Amino acid sequence: MNKTVTLAMGNGGEENNELISKVFYKAFKNEILEKSEDAAVIHGGELAFSTDSFTVSPLFFPGADIGKLAICGTCNDLAMMGAKPKYLTCSVIIEEGFSVRELEKIVRSMKIELENNGAIIVSGDTKVVPRGSVDKIFINTTGIGEIKKKGISSNLISEDDVIIVSRDIGCHGATIFAARESIELSTKLESDCASLTHQVQALIEANVKITALRDATRGGVSAVLNEWATQSNICIEVDEESIPVSEEVYGICEILGFEAVNLANEGTFVLAIKKEDAQKALEVLHGFENSANAVEIATVSDQYPKKVILKSSYGTKRFLDAPTGELLPRIC
Amino acid sequence: MSELQLKDLYDGFRDPEVISGFAKLIEQEAKKLKKPINIMEVCGGHTHSIMKFGLPQLLPKNINFIHGPGCPVCIMPKERIDHAYALAEQEDVILLTLGDMIKVPGSRGSLQDARAKGADVRFLYSPLDALKIAEENPAKKIIFFAIGFETTTPMTTALIDIVLKRSIKNIFFHINHVTVPEVMVELIDSRDEHVDSYNNRIDAFLGPSHVSVITGSKIYEEFPRKYNRPVVVAGFEPVDVMEAILMIVKQFNEERCELEIEYKRLVTHDGNIKAQKLIEKYFEKASLFKWRGLGNVPKSGYRLKSEYSAIDAEKIYADILPKDEIEDHKLCICGDILRGMAKPQECTIFGTACKPSTPLGSCMVSSEGACAAYYKYGNLI
Ligand code: SF4
Ligand code: SF4
Repeated sequence: MNKTVTLAMGNGGEENNELISKVFYKAFKNEILEKSEDAAVIHGGELAFSTDSFTVSPLFFPGADIGKLAICGTCNDLAMMGAKPKYLTCSVIIEEGFSVRELEKIVRSMKIELENNGAIIVSGDTKVVPRGSVDKIFINTTGIGEIKKKGISSNLISEDDVIIVSRDIGCHGATIFAARESIELSTKLESDCASLTHQVQALIEANVKITALRDATRGGVSAVLNEWATQSNICIEVDEESIPVSEEVYGICEILGFEAVNLANEGTFVLAIKKEDAQKALEVLHGFENSANAVEIATVSDQYPKKVILKSSYGTKRFLDAPTGELLPRIC
Repeated sequence: MSELQLKDLYDGFRDPEVISGFAKLIEQEAKKLKKPINIMEVCGGHTHSIMKFGLPQLLPKNINFIHGPGCPVCIMPKERIDHAYALAEQEDVILLTLGDMIKVPGSRGSLQDARAKGADVRFLYSPLDALKIAEENPAKKIIFFAIGFETTTPMTTALIDIVLKRSIKNIFFHINHVTVPEVMVELIDSRDEHVDSYNNRIDAFLGPSHVSVITGSKIYEEFPRKYNRPVVVAGFEPVDVMEAILMIVKQFNEERCELEIEYKRLVTHDGNIKAQKLIEKYFEKASLFKWRGLGNVPKSGYRLKSEYSAIDAEKIYADILPKDEIEDHKLCICGDILRGMAKPQECTIFGTACKPSTPLGSCMVSSEGACAAYYKYGNLI
């Protein structure tokens, strides 16, 4: 591993995993942490517990802002363990000189999203630091949720499962890149940032046999699939054509040399569902606007354990690797 | 850009039926080949499409690809990266470069590492973004570490043009632009007596279309004529590549050896004269440019003409730039791999001293490099 921390170590990909396992897991090692799920399952499987810090530039972007992101992020991590978010804490580090109006705007978005999830902030902390010590504002949220369905785990996926993605992918990542590089493409492109609690609860209520859920944030869908392949020791065979990608996102990828499967999402999740319930799951998801184009994208096999394969419509295959390094535009 | 144009970028060129159609035609044509042929795609962009779309799986066994040296990032020798590193370390410097250049390690680390240690290194999507950064940071010296083949060279010269015309005082240049035809010659007809280019196995070249949009297809004329190697200039979509392969196979079967253009959409014989003029105005060829893995290649790199020394970071910072030559690793056989004469496993330090995290030769640097691909996948797919 590098002697100094590089940006690549925060990208959700291989370097990120290396940093986490060699520094943090090594020190904090315990059974719960090592499961490496989106949220820790504690208290005899009754509660889910998770934390996340947020920094994004720009702070306000098409479709959401850092406030909404901070609530969705933690609530979605809880939702991915089958939990209903209940109590959150919120600590904020603000750079001297930050506009109070913008702060109010951010907090308003947080409030709306909390209501949407049926959760409340029960404790908080504020620090103001000298100019230059942080980039405008960093928000941390930590949350506890009540688990409505036990046993959801990324370590248990098998050949009896199929893989579904809840909507077209890459919108958040593409929006942020476009906003940063001021690429004016189309007014239609916006971040997918959204809470997933209601969808997950609906799946649970419909008794869908859920094996695993994971929101495809940093590292995108490709990171989720690779983590699952490793954790469950399976081969995931993805039908490339079936992955939903909007034209706007595709366009940004073509221009900048990215792949949509590597782009971050903030309201998109991947599901491993028992084969016989796939149809039922899709029906439930299709009832929500945010997952109206949910679709099955992959099956599970034992062909190349711990690997993800992309199959093209004209019969070729390639491995889909977990993204490594920072996402950088290709130059040729 | 409207949506319609975006879709036009790729529509039709990834049609599964068209691709399968070409695969069938190639298979029929390839049956008539007297011996297997090795096609080198010179450019990293082609390597990308070939790997991304898995094209080798659609081709009969007697057609092979040799992945060429065509990545301006991977071929950047340590000496040049060390220059960038030293420049980035200067207190008042903001170092700019393109995309994945910041990942490639020099002898002290990559630009990414320099950034982690506090240097101000930024990557651009377009060289012209440098103007904004210069304006916002009037007290800083903005140095553009310019890289790329013929395709990106005009963007650099366009920036130089603006900087000089507007008398912008805080943008400087470190030029590392390289050219394609010269390195193709190096592979098949090296003038270096220590290099065995005589036994190379390259039978034909796939020429990158975007280079020819600028230079015209004329730069490849000598290959069929003088070196007996057909060249087909092709676009980057899978359909383009497949069509070009068919054209190459047909040339062999019909015993022709020609320069052909698959990518008629934009490529002409003479290319973009205006862009060429601008390059001629500011740049001249250096007698040698060192390529990682291939060594010094005559007349393959540009530098600023001496009348522009005032913006030439290489001259201005001459005192702090390291000058020592760094030998490519003695055991690295990138040169043979690029000539189709060896496979990565034949390199004695493959996978041991040389790995993607600590690449010693260019073939291990980017994920498209032959050694990196073998390291990751072995012969799996
Ligand atoms: S690493 Fe790939 S994208 Fe980057 S310059 Fe090389 S070939 Fe092009
Ligand atoms: S494995 Fe490394 S050292 Fe050996 S040929 Fe490939 S790049 Fe060169």
